[in-house]
Amino acid sequence: MRINNYVAPDNLAEAYLVLNEHNSNTVLGGCTYLRLTSKNIDTAIDLSRLGLRYIEETADAVEIGALATYRDIEVSGILQSLFSGVLPQSVMVIVGVQFRNLATVGATVYSRYGFSDLNTALLALNPEVVLYHAGRIPMALFLEQGASKDILEKVIIPKADLRASFKYLRNSSGDYAILNVAVARSRDEWKIVVGARPFRAMIAAEASKCLSGSRLQKEDIERAAKTTADELEFGTNMRSSREYRQAVCEVLVQRAIQEVIS
Amino acid sequence: MRITLWINDRQQELEVTCDEFLAETLRNNGYLSVRQGCSTTSCGLCTVWMDDKPVLSCSVLSVMANGKRITTIEGVQDEARAVAGFLVGEGAEQCGFCIPGLVMTVLAMKKDLRQPTAEQIVHYLNGNLCRCSGYMGQLRGIKKYLGVE
Repeated sequence: MRINNYVAPDNLAEAYLVLNEHNSNTVLGGCTYLRLTSKNIDTAIDLSRLGLRYIEETADAVEIGALATYRDIEVSGILQSLFSGVLPQSVMVIVGVQFRNLATVGATVYSRYGFSDLNTALLALNPEVVLYHAGRIPMALFLEQGASKDILEKVIIPKADLRASFKYLRNSSGDYAILNVAVARSRDEWKIVVGARPFRAMIAAEASKCLSGSRLQKEDIERAAKTTADELEFGTNMRSSREYRQAVCEVLVQRAIQEVIS
Repeated sequence: MRITLWINDRQQELEVTCDEFLAETLRNNGYLSVRQGCSTTSCGLCTVWMDDKPVLSCSVLSVMANGKRITTIEGVQDEARAVAGFLVGEGAEQCGFCIPGLVMTVLAMKKDLRQPTAEQIVHYLNGNLCRCSGYMGQLRGIKKYLGVE
């Protein structure tokens, strides 16, 4: 990894301009994975002067700035009390407190990491991301399409009368998840999200729909879990086989639904 | 590039490259308690405080630490000695390579959590790996240091 130049712009317009001046110019996040890359960065752009480290509650939403850290999420009173606390739950087991003091929401969401726990939990809450150039778009669409040379400013989560659950399976504490699942229910609308498949988090649309119209009996929950495992794609990597992930998916989805309705 | 760091309450002007990490900068300037282990954010050996928060110095670009207060174990020697005494008392120091990072995290935890439970202690220390001790001696020593039953 090499970095030729470093800038810390005073405003987003300047940061965006620098980002697009050279193909290898890169926005810095928490830098926790920077060392593991073989990138040759011409200019590294530090956003720390732009006031993007915040978690704020408005009348109808919670806004999380791009530079809010995992630790900020973990200890946030706002996020512990809203959305059944799934966002703090999704980050609190990631590596150690020193790591969580560095890793940022913006880098995780913008990079669309497949292994991310946070992206799975966020996606269940129907959020939007705000990009400097592309503007406000649903996170589900952003995770699908990504963005080219843009800067993520914040994530906006609408407040809702909602119950949610986050589940995961790991080989050992602090390791990446073999699979993670987030389930949320707002009135009669359900959302089932599965991540670390090891592909990026995705909504199980058919299963979510099937659960929304059901009476939530044991067989309805089992059917939703089976549908989730059938409709999503799973893969094999050093942590788990495709078949194991698919089997685990059914179990975690059932447990998450049970927790939401309990 | 020239940066200013407040290392252990002493202002220092340092010349660093744009892709230099804080652990290297600190070691290059004599702060040899800062160990480099995995350099992949996994082991916690390189833990220092940046503006009083524990961070992995192997993954902080030195240019991004510009203007910040950095604390290494050289800056908290009395407190560190107290923690180390309890670790030694439990035979938990072993090779000692991980101890500076562990002690910095324990001291941060003491400031962060009031009367932590054993479970909270284990959770807070999840990012500090030790390949010798098996952790139980460390946990006993830390609980005694914190006065936790």
